[in-house]
Amino acid sequence: MNKISEDISKDLKDQPKFSGDIGSKDQDHHSFELGEQTTLKKIQHFLHGNPTIVPVIILILSVIGFGFIAGGKFFSAFNLSLIVQQVTIVGILASAQTLIILTAGIDLSVAAMMVLASVFMGKLSVEMGVPTLPAIMVGMISGVATGAFNGLLVTRLRLPPFIVTLGTWNIFFALVIFFTGSQSIRSSDIEINAPLLHFWGERINLGGFVFTYGAFLMIGIFVFLWFLLNKTAWGRHVYAIGDDKDAAELSGIRTDRMLVSIYAVAGLVVAIGAWVSIGRVGSVSPTSFYEGNLDSITAVVIGGTSLFGGRGTIIGSLFGALIVGVFSSGLSIAGLDVLWQRFALGCLIIIAVGIDQWIRKVSN
Amino acid sequence: MEPILVAKNLSKKYGKVVALDNANLELYPGEVLGVIGDNGAGKSTLIKVLCGAVVPDNGEILLDGKPVSFTSPIEARTLGIETVYQNLALSPALSITDNMFLGREIRQKGFMGKFLRFLDKKAMAEEARKRLSELGLLTIQNINQLVETLSGGQRQGVAVARATSFGTKLVIMDEPTAALGVKESRRVLELIGEVRARGIPIILISHNMPHVFEVADRIHVHRLGTRLCVIDPKKYEMSDAVAFMTGAKEPPKD
Repeated sequence: MNKISEDISKDLKDQPKFSGDIGSKDQDHHSFELGEQTTLKKIQHFLHGNPTIVPVIILILSVIGFGFIAGGKFFSAFNLSLIVQQVTIVGILASAQTLIILTAGIDLSVAAMMVLASVFMGKLSVEMGVPTLPAIMVGMISGVATGAFNGLLVTRLRLPPFIVTLGTWNIFFALVIFFTGSQSIRSSDIEINAPLLHFWGERINLGGFVFTYGAFLMIGIFVFLWFLLNKTAWGRHVYAIGDDKDAAELSGIRTDRMLVSIYAVAGLVVAIGAWVSIGRVGSVSPTSFYEGNLDSITAVVIGGTSLFGGRGTIIGSLFGALIVGVFSSGLSIAGLDVLWQRFALGCLIIIAVGIDQWIRKVSN
Repeated sequence: MEPILVAKNLSKKYGKVVALDNANLELYPGEVLGVIGDNGAGKSTLIKVLCGAVVPDNGEILLDGKPVSFTSPIEARTLGIETVYQNLALSPALSITDNMFLGREIRQKGFMGKFLRFLDKKAMAEEARKRLSELGLLTIQNINQLVETLSGGQRQGVAVARATSFGTKLVIMDEPTAALGVKESRRVLELIGEVRARGIPIILISHNMPHVFEVADRIHVHRLGTRLCVIDPKKYEMSDAVAFMTGAKEPPKD
């Protein structure tokens, strides 16, 4: 016993004494040294602080590029308005998707949720004689419920969002087929029985540019979510959870409750998208927007939001959706086959994620 | 003087393993209580019980003489027991201000805050700056800087500032210097002094004997799931403390 004690004492004596003058007061302990910075490093830091810059630059470059390739046809008022119209639905889905991806999740079921909500709206108002507004309300409730369902599965069963929404994608899609019997609700029937469902598809002409009301609603949704994310505690908590869920929990955020609310808000946004989609497409088709899930993820990723959560902006996703629209339109006007549109989009996704990874290295 | 925090006969078993065996602890106003113990002595279980992360099987905790019970760190925090975790529990992608007020944000007055739930970013930034300067950390240039751009010591500073800002009765600090270099450790030890000077007592858990001996007023030696003894760092050497900790030497009888 005593020998151990002596050994320990000896060890301690051999250690250098902790001297008070190591790092004495006159030294600046807070000095914030970034060291020699190369131009590349500076760019990296700048992009890190301004994640929306990359999609903005890509958008501007692609608009200029396609202007050259496709010529005046690309810049025609008709074509530019068409791009915005085509982007509307994917844009709304992407705004909802952004909320989920910011929490380091992913939602593969958004488009199926949207179609399900639009089926409720169409079925009730056109075929079951329910007044249109209550039918729309039911659709909204369906969106919130399906979103919250995803959130509950993620938080209660501790399953990865990818798996949960892969499952619910199929479940929601099956429900759509069940409720519709694979039959579309025709545009003409909607027009007669529930014209309000077509409201967001109505157009106004602003100096040659034709916009649907839905396009304005999409912008409105983005602005609303921007305020929510940046000006409210709820929004800061979305980022905190995506950044480090355990840290957020220890900071006093009820992370599970928050996550359910985030999925529910995303569901509500998706349900609004459902109403807009009826106006855009005209009919309610059970098989429409089958690729909407992945398109929304594409827009978010190209918009500079990190799949690892906590980083990104809602406005970036709007630019991401526009970039996809500009690429598809430009390439098709340039006379390239659809396969090359997909090819280009694929490259864009990989580049976007590559840039994100590179920017994220700053924090280490 | 009445202790602020008293832990009485805390016990906790994990299956057949006894992590805490009738452990006691007292924390007095204005002091830094060092907690040391060998690996597996039950030190971290003791701390987890005090900060609310673990619910004990038996025993009671008195805060200001009143029995309290909590089942989560959040509940402990609302009672005024703040913990600075080893991993700090900060969100690196958020700003200093955001981090300091995470979960306790200040909303704007009137309609904007009440119905639109807008945050009062200005008030939060001012308050954060005030708190940091009180702790001598004002040299952090920009209060809206992201936490990930800060050094390890500065992050510790933010975590400590947060822990001492909201009607705090006591702060538990878990290995605050473990991940830091010599210079930054120094700064954190000074910080502990600043917090004590502001009248907030601290429970300091550390493996670093020189650090504990430097800042602690009393040292609680934990061994085999219970308190072995409490020693005065001025009367004992570090080697004595290690000897008590490992069982190489009999503890002093008070």
